[in-house]
Amino acid sequence: MKKVIKMRELIGDFAENKDKAKKIRIEQIMPALSREEEVSLDFNGVDGATQSFIHALISQPIREFGNLAFDNLVYKNANDDIREIISIVYRYMQESLDRA
Amino acid sequence: MNIYFSNQGNLRNFQSFVEKLDLTNPSRLEITTHDRWVTVHPAHLVLAAALAIEVGRENTEIVGKIPDSGRYLDRMGLYKLTKTKSPFNYHKKEPAGRFVPISVIHTADDQSKFITDMIPLLHLSEENAKVVKYIIGELVRNVLEHSLAQDGAIVAAQYFKKTNRVSIGICDTGIGLWKSLQTYWHPKTDIEAIKLALTPGVTGTTRHEGGTSENAGAGLFFIKSIVKTTRNYFAIYSGNAEYTLLKYRSDTKGTPKLNADPNRDKHNETNNAPSFDGTLVAVDITLDETPEFTELLSNIGKVYDEAIRERKRNKYRMPRFE
Repeated sequence: MKKVIKMRELIGDFAENKDKAKKIRIEQIMPALSREEEVSLDFNGVDGATQSFIHALISQPIREFGNLAFDNLVYKNANDDIREIISIVYRYMQESLDRA
Repeated sequence: MNIYFSNQGNLRNFQSFVEKLDLTNPSRLEITTHDRWVTVHPAHLVLAAALAIEVGRENTEIVGKIPDSGRYLDRMGLYKLTKTKSPFNYHKKEPAGRFVPISVIHTADDQSKFITDMIPLLHLSEENAKVVKYIIGELVRNVLEHSLAQDGAIVAAQYFKKTNRVSIGICDTGIGLWKSLQTYWHPKTDIEAIKLALTPGVTGTTRHEGGTSENAGAGLFFIKSIVKTTRNYFAIYSGNAEYTLLKYRSDTKGTPKLNADPNRDKHNETNNAPSFDGTLVAVDITLDETPEFTELLSNIGKVYDEAIRERKRNKYRMPRFE
């Protein structure tokens, strides 16, 4: 099973609202990962994101699901800025999990 | 209380501005200006606005001789927060301004709307708008989440065409950084609290590496680093402390070195400023000096990683040698 989350429809063109990040995480990402589904976060139409937003979106899934999250979370249509921020969050989360 | 707007209201002189504040008698606010010329940074305006909102319009006045350049105070919306009638007459829609007037943000939805509405007012390119949206997004969120301020985040910004610079001020009258960090980090002084807040991985919500599901403690470090890369000023005022990141010399070649430890950045600091119950953040960004945002994030990310790794290494158990 694959769950596709169209980010633009939920957060607009700039991803800074952490309340929305939390809602997506709790209501969509965590339950899908619990079912071991692949989760595709589609950033089509999203121009940028803050580090705080991306942290609120994916740090808990990484902390709780570890490798399952790394294997099953997929980022689609993320521009270079968003890719960079996601990569930063991945690196420091793995540092904190002793997986680096 | 008295706030004096001088004729040199830029971040280079921010410490001097702070030291001249009179924050005694907190039930009343007087705003005075230089009598011939007044120059204010948005940070000065948002501090005045935040205090005016706190004491109420009926207890706030702009007094003394206000020069013509004081019209800017009106355009930015300061008069509306006081009981003083503006002496200035002008066309409110004249197109000279590239500014975001004093705005109050109470919720995350207000914040999203503000960011969307603000960018057209500054007439920025798409690439430059990214940086400004990022900075305001992170700073306003900090206020909404950590300050416990009843009056929300007070924000203003100005684009200066001649120097191609954006100046931003964000202020709250909440609990301040010292209290916000007290539960997990126990700073002894306000200046220690400011420096902790600027350190990668320090958040008021936990001591765990990697933060909580909501916070990582990266926001202010990222913003200080963006400002340093663009070779400009960044300042924080909270409690009795004030920290100003000084401008990295424009004649120094190469990208400025980013430091995880705010003590290693060239800066001014004081822990003897008039006590301010809240937090004020001031930012200048020179848009000419802004590299591709992706590259900027990448550089900041590397310093952030190294800082987290180093702090982790410092916690490792060491072998016992005899």
